Amino acid sequence: MTEEIVNEMPKGEEIVAEIDKFDELPDAPPKRRIKLTWLGKLSVVIVVFWVVIAFIGPWIAPFHEMDIEGDDSFLDAYDNFYLGTDHLGRDTFSRILWGARMTIGISLAATLLAYCMGITLGIAAAVKGGWFDMIVSRLNDAVLALPSIMLGLIAIAAFGSSIPILITIAAIIYASSVFRIARALGQDIMVQDFVEAAKARGEGIWWIIRAEVLPNAAMPLATDFGLRLVFVVLFISSLSFLGLGVQPPQADWGSMVRENLQGLSYKSYAAIWPAFAIASFTIAINLIVDDVSAKSGGSLAKKMV
Amino acid sequence: MMTQMVLRRIGIGFVTLLVVSLIVFMGTSILPGDVAQIILGQSATEETLAVLRAELGLDQPGYVRYFSWLGNMVSGDLGTSKAGGASISSLIDSRLGNTMKMAGLVALISIPFSVSLGLYAAMHPGTWLDRSVTFMTLSTISVPEFFIATLLVLILAVELHWLPSTAYLSGNESGVQLLKALAMPILTLVIVVSAQMIRMTRAGILNVMSSPYIEMAILKGVPRRRIILRHALLNAIGPIVNVIALNLAYLVSGVVIVETIFAYPGLAKLMIDGVQTRDLPLVQACAMIFCGTYVILILIADVASILANPRLRHPK
Repeated sequence: MTEEIVNEMPKGEEIVAEIDKFDELPDAPPKRRIKLTWLGKLSVVIVVFWVVIAFIGPWIAPFHEMDIEGDDSFLDAYDNFYLGTDHLGRDTFSRILWGARMTIGISLAATLLAYCMGITLGIAAAVKGGWFDMIVSRLNDAVLALPSIMLGLIAIAAFGSSIPILITIAAIIYASSVFRIARALGQDIMVQDFVEAAKARGEGIWWIIRAEVLPNAAMPLATDFGLRLVFVVLFISSLSFLGLGVQPPQADWGSMVRENLQGLSYKSYAAIWPAFAIASFTIAINLIVDDVSAKSGGSLAKKMV
Repeated sequence: MMTQMVLRRIGIGFVTLLVVSLIVFMGTSILPGDVAQIILGQSATEETLAVLRAELGLDQPGYVRYFSWLGNMVSGDLGTSKAGGASISSLIDSRLGNTMKMAGLVALISIPFSVSLGLYAAMHPGTWLDRSVTFMTLSTISVPEFFIATLLVLILAVELHWLPSTAYLSGNESGVQLLKALAMPILTLVIVVSAQMIRMTRAGILNVMSSPYIEMAILKGVPRRRIILRHALLNAIGPIVNVIALNLAYLVSGVVIVETIFAYPGLAKLMIDGVQTRDLPLVQACAMIFCGTYVILILIADVASILANPRLRHPK
């Protein structure tokens, strides 16, 4: 290759500048740059904080979640018991750090599983259509027709409560809403011109799903992921609160509220701190989702319905 | 055309109820081991198991058991509880009344409150009041019901000593005592349900506000107050009735938590106790009552929105 040709070729920056010109055309696609309000930024910090705690919590906690180290139960903060002790005299602060792993871990696992099931079935129903779509959609309607807490109670009455069962129940219940969204998105995308063009080019069905359907469905599904995660956290901690979720002595934010409820009458805040932990996590996620969806058009109010 | 649509929706409602009963029955029947095993425990011999199975009808195939269970349930025979052998109908009888009393009072307070607050927020969008209502309601729907209940107990019962922290009923309270006992659970539920209802009312009105005839009214110079009360509200009644029915349905899950936290002797508390002792017949009966109510309320919501649509009411 001679030097002249190399010089004539556009440099990296020039290519970028060239692409930027197209962005300013009136029919250029809207830029997907997400700008958060200060409330949204604060929320991101809170969510990241809790997720980090979920991973490192047990290592930085001053005490083990099951160790009874305090002098008495329901004590106010003293020495290195930063948030006081719980109903058995365990350190509330340490248990919140340990509980983050349980509450956030279970919810995240359940939501991811729900997404895998929901998206696979939803896209399959949209692409395949026909009897497959019929059967899966009707089954899905039946799950959606029931309050999630009732489904949870029925399943726990039948199978008892353990962590794998909790994850599976939550995943199945919330996969139904993911399925509905993924199917609707898939159907929308499958009739677009670019999919027709891909079909006409002779692309296979897998190529179309991977290169056309999934990338276009990714953004709305990502926003929905946050909402779904909130629902799952609320669902799991409600079950734990009823004494049907994570079983003691393991620390989980929902069951910590239940255990320490009696302490309220002794003015102990042991039940309040884990409740605040749940609230800060779920409110923060919702605020982020609200910020993001306000920028991309749809308001959260419509989606929460 | 409209009658047809309503009838069709009611038909779908019936099918849903059937499917729900199937889910409840199957969910509680695919246990490893069966009810006979649970009753007799590990030490049971094969013969006693077989006798009890025949007695309970467990030797029959699944679909026979399902239909006889469904038949009994429809005719009001809910079976007997595993714990203590009391008839479930008598257990449910007193509890159901308590739950209905609470749900009724919650509806009575929360519906007018949230519809008017939602309307007010929609009338003044973007003001500090609207923004704080939006933030408060978003926060409320993002937190678990027990968070709100715990905070209320801390503030109203422990710090201020205004209200008792449990809602135990002995059955012969005077009116004032009853109200005081019910105040905390009702307040919690009103907050939880209202948050949803306010958001949905506000969104419903703002949705109507973006339609062309409202734009026309604005261009004519009609004041905003009058637009909302005369033009928007009438057309939003359908969606609002829909919102109300949906939120009464949300009460179902709120009731479960609130009855537990305040030890209120209602149906949900009975069901939770049933789940804890794995009293399956009791869980089945309670689940059917809750799910049935839920499905019927959703059905009412859908029928209301069909009825409220003038295009369907006066077909061309």
